[in-house]
Amino acid sequence: MNHLPPRRELSDLRQSVAERAKPEISIRVCSTGCRALGALAVCEAFECEVAARKLTSRVRVVRTGCHGLCAGAVAVVIDPKGIFYQGVRADDVREIVETSVVGDGIVDRLCYRLGDEVVWRQEDIPFYKHQTKLVLRNCGLIDPRSLEDYIAQRGYESVERVLSSMSPEQVIDEVAASGLRGRGGAGFPTGLKWRLGQAAEGSPKYVVCNADEGDPGAFMDRALLEGDPHLIIEGMIIGAYAVGAERGFIYVRAEYPIAIEHTQTALAQAREAGLLGSNILGYGFDFDIEIRKGAGAFVCGEETALIASLEGRRGMPRPRPPFPVTFGYSGKPTVINNVETWANIPRIIEMGANAYSQIGTAGSKGTKIFALAGKVKNTGLVEVPMGATLRQIIYDVGGGIPGDGQFKAAQMGGPSGGCVPADYLDYPIDYDSLQQIGAIMGSGGLIVMDNTTCMVDIARFFTDFVQAESCGKCTPCRIGTRRMLEMLERFTCGEGESGEVEQLAKLGEMINKASLCGLGQTAPNPVLSTIRYFRDEYDAHIHERRCPAKACRHLLSYRIIDGVCVGCGACRKVCPVGAVEGKPKEPYTINIATCVRCGACVQACKFNAVSVD
Amino acid sequence: MADTTSDAAIPTAVSHEEICELLDRLAVTPESNLIATLQDIQDHFGYLPAPALVELSRRIRIPLSRIYGVVTFYAQFYTHPRGRHTIRVCCGTACHVKGGGQVLEAIQRELGITNGESTTDLKFYLETVACLGTCFLAPVIMIDDQYYGNLTPTSVGTILRRFGAESE
Ligand SMILES: Cc1cc2nc3c(=O)[nH]c(=O)nc-3n(C[C@H](O)[C@H](O)[C@H](O)COP(=O)(O)O)c2cc1C
Ligand code: FES
Repeated sequence: MNHLPPRRELSDLRQSVAERAKPEISIRVCSTGCRALGALAVCEAFECEVAARKLTSRVRVVRTGCHGLCAGAVAVVIDPKGIFYQGVRADDVREIVETSVVGDGIVDRLCYRLGDEVVWRQEDIPFYKHQTKLVLRNCGLIDPRSLEDYIAQRGYESVERVLSSMSPEQVIDEVAASGLRGRGGAGFPTGLKWRLGQAAEGSPKYVVCNADEGDPGAFMDRALLEGDPHLIIEGMIIGAYAVGAERGFIYVRAEYPIAIEHTQTALAQAREAGLLGSNILGYGFDFDIEIRKGAGAFVCGEETALIASLEGRRGMPRPRPPFPVTFGYSGKPTVINNVETWANIPRIIEMGANAYSQIGTAGSKGTKIFALAGKVKNTGLVEVPMGATLRQIIYDVGGGIPGDGQFKAAQMGGPSGGCVPADYLDYPIDYDSLQQIGAIMGSGGLIVMDNTTCMVDIARFFTDFVQAESCGKCTPCRIGTRRMLEMLERFTCGEGESGEVEQLAKLGEMINKASLCGLGQTAPNPVLSTIRYFRDEYDAHIHERRCPAKACRHLLSYRIIDGVCVGCGACRKVCPVGAVEGKPKEPYTINIATCVRCGACVQACKFNAVSVD
Repeated sequence: MADTTSDAAIPTAVSHEEICELLDRLAVTPESNLIATLQDIQDHFGYLPAPALVELSRRIRIPLSRIYGVVTFYAQFYTHPRGRHTIRVCCGTACHVKGGGQVLEAIQRELGITNGESTTDLKFYLETVACLGTCFLAPVIMIDDQYYGNLTPTSVGTILRRFGAESE
């Protein structure tokens, strides 16, 4: 098929990257997720310091994507020694440069600690040691705004290989043989989806990258687009070639401005280098990608709603079939995959389906990225092989529960998923095993909950979310989730009656069977899974009007214990509504009528003198 | 989302010329994408003024009723001007588990407004969002594009008062 003269842009680029002088030392600063804690100021401080000491020829400051250990923001890594610093602020920069760039030492106070022991080398930190970075390989390593950096990490080799030596069928066979399943939640086999897209009649065809990532508590897709946008573009070019698509869309949440900016930069660079546009790399294949911003609707992550939104309409799902692979954007065949799914494609081509399928379990291949948050020490982004256990993720990588909290459950799969109790900590997790225990892999949000989290309240929380995000098209979802919410609200206020949990479960099963799209079908999952594993908590709320986790505020009352209170007045100072009464040096009291039960006094009291019942 | 800002307090001085100029610049035709065009209009005015939607409907040849259907479907389209500083309070799972609800209540008490409302002096606009993607800072809020994390009901009050004083 290679009749046109080969184009030079990419090979010229590779040449110049190969000849590029390697810096002796690189200072890699997370400039994306860590921005929330002043990463840009840290980047600037490093750049100024390096320039002021006339080190620019030897030292490179790299503004990277997420290092993963978000709990340690702002995170900085210094190569070649691989020194990991956390909690870095602009004020620390001079000392770091003095000690670890000019000098040969370590700034102990900024290092990760295991007990009292300082662990300065990144690869020795348990958080990193227990991960398998396949898809996230470049994240935190390269500057996501630099095509040269991407190319230096074997970037776009897979595209070249595919266009120069593989037929579309061979590409599809390779992806199918890898065993890759969609990372957007449902786990549909990607090779099969592509085969259907290729076989579908109609033209033009489209490919879409689903970056709507609406699950609260999930930020994997955001980190990928921010930290390694060329990887997703490379995956999409390969997919477009395989199914015969001419145009692609990346549908990104508007809440992700950095992801949008980095993706836009990467698209422009790819076009410039002849990797997008007409006659890609001289192989006679035409394809281009545009970005579309979402406008704030969770349901638009559902594929048929996403297409409606791309077309400029209300993002309402429609019944399937026909599936988007045959009837998608503008009624044409459209292959929709999740960001992480696309990001796996160049790796599969690079290492070959055979090697790729060695990673993971029988039914789920490769790795999975989780966004680890909630009551866990090392919150952040984690990549582990499919089949890892929750214990490995939460304890080995995540460092366990902070303080004296006790693990109660892990919420997986967001509003469509469920809560996995402690009994399953050693259960290998993949698509199929999670389904069996009433949760789903979902997109990869993993929220750890401890004994202070109330499971009835969590069920209420997710039901509130889906109820608000229901598009209203079908009755079971629109009205059913509303009714579930009302029941759960009454439970958390201690107004439930016996027999209502059974009613709630029955209603949930009905909504699951009768709803139009995945949103409604999965909406009862958080409720059903908490009833299944934490029935005792429901019973305590209903029969004893008691919240065992002490989280449902309507069931609590705050009281200052007479003999314990020393009258320091700390509680009085923090109380937002002035409900603490009394004089300094004498025991205070709480006025129950004005108390809003916010818990500020409990946190403020150093003497544990506030009791909550 | 209910938009409860009262119209009375707000000057709606958007001239027809400005609207036409903007739509000319955006080169709106019946082929334009509705949502992307609405986003551009909102970037310009800060919200979607009714006269602009009427003119848009004429040029893009989509009935006004359908445009309103789209505008009211998506949470990020606003039909009224909002306070100058947007406070986004995260109500996502990680923030909820770490006490985000109490932080929201503290803000509501402090400013006297709830989700989707602006203060009467149009200084602050308050909205809740499902996840700000910075769960490691939970509970977290954003004021404009600045994040504030690991909040308590007490510390958020201090932040609002300090922000209020500094932005004068
Ligand atoms: C309510 C709802 C929300 C969804 N949100 C997302 C999302 O944010 N991102 C995503 O990739 N898939 C989401 N999906 C799944 C998509 O419909 C679709 O299955 C997926 O994008 C296919 O890609 P994959 O095969 O690579 O997983 C959602 C589905 C439902 C029902
Ligand atoms: S849940 Fe609040 S930032 Fe993610």
